[in-house]
Amino acid sequence: MIPAAFDYHRPATVDEALKLLVDLPDAKVLAGGHSLLPMMKLRLVTPTHLIDLGRVPGLRDIRLDGGAVAIGAMATHWAVESADVVGRSAPLLAETAARVGDVQVRNVGTIGGNLAHADPAADYPAAMLALDAELVAQSPRGRRTIAAADFFTGLFATALTSDELLVEIRIPVQRGGGAYLKFPHPASGFAVVGVAAIAGVSGGTVERVRVGITGVGPAAYRSGAVEGALAGGPATPEAVGAAAEHAADGVDVNEDIFAPAEYRAHLARVFTRRALLAAFERSR
Amino acid sequence: MNLAITVTVNGRVHQQEVEPRLLLVYYLRETLGLTGTHVGCDTTSCGACTVLMNGQAVKSCTVLAVQADGSEIRTVEGLAQDGALHPIQEGFWEEHGLQCGFCTPGMMLSALQLLSRNPDPTDAQIRHALDGNLCRCTGYQHIVNSVRYAARKLREQNR
Repeated sequence: MIPAAFDYHRPATVDEALKLLVDLPDAKVLAGGHSLLPMMKLRLVTPTHLIDLGRVPGLRDIRLDGGAVAIGAMATHWAVESADVVGRSAPLLAETAARVGDVQVRNVGTIGGNLAHADPAADYPAAMLALDAELVAQSPRGRRTIAAADFFTGLFATALTSDELLVEIRIPVQRGGGAYLKFPHPASGFAVVGVAAIAGVSGGTVERVRVGITGVGPAAYRSGAVEGALAGGPATPEAVGAAAEHAADGVDVNEDIFAPAEYRAHLARVFTRRALLAAFERSR
Repeated sequence: MNLAITVTVNGRVHQQEVEPRLLLVYYLRETLGLTGTHVGCDTTSCGACTVLMNGQAVKSCTVLAVQADGSEIRTVEGLAQDGALHPIQEGFWEEHGLQCGFCTPGMMLSALQLLSRNPDPTDAQIRHALDGNLCRCTGYQHIVNSVRYAARKLREQNR
């Protein structure tokens, strides 16, 4: 399969990329290309211009910056998975990165491309929500920070405007234990259901709990119902099990040939319970 | 509009003008005539088109040739040196790691990346590293044995 013809642009700076983005109608931004190129090969998208961020310096850096792990949008999944600073300061994110695609995909696919594409079955969005990530967007008008909870707005839709680039992902240093568990589609490896959980206990009661769920709704979401049922209460397996029952409450659950809505909602509850139990275990 | 690219493939520098939409796998196969890299599923799943780009295993059906500009590529044709099989090729030979052979070039390059990252992998680590490569002749056990053979041989050579 061959993509439709396009003009290729290779900006040397973010500013150059932003200018191209404004000047060229019908342009697509090329990060690792592991979502975009398959869609172009199938001619689901036929952009007339590609703006390749592959040579923009600085966009692949991963570093500790203040109280956050700052990850350049062009960092590959493998870079995220293997960076010492991520393993130390945001182990939930390293665990999630290691579950994306396969070895070759992780060598090329990027965290920024993955998030901007906003596939409803992508792994990272669950971790972004559980970790209270901030996504930094840049446009000719300047920079702004978008909370993960405001970023995923629907099916393949984000809060980014057409003149904005996602340039950095900031993860506050992880507090509490974390776990990402997913039920992968047996052929594609995408998450039929994926749950990222953060949990912390103080004096026998739940002091901190975050649950991000992907694959279940049109966009990844934080489950306020699960969190609310646990916060301030006992951190017992019974309490976790009861809270996890709310994992799909109020969600317009996805349905496809592999997983009907009822089954998917069931998986959401099961994987929420398992992810929370693992996160509590790791918080000790 | 065609673009000039420079790519080093198996140690040889190539300069060509290519169409931006040309995929790396077709650049290797049709422009350079290196047909050892196979097109399997053409959808980033099967790994038959795996090559090393700057030492990292990539699926060349999902990389544009222009993205590979300036990079070093290693394909299956670059494994044997001076007529002697690479230890990974030898492993596949000795341990019957292939039946039809279609997936083999990709398998071997994924194995090469694994052994550069981890010279002494466990069977589970070998299987994890080959997660992105499919074999339809159900040869996985022999493939794992082949990689284990190669790992041992390479460790002996580097001792």
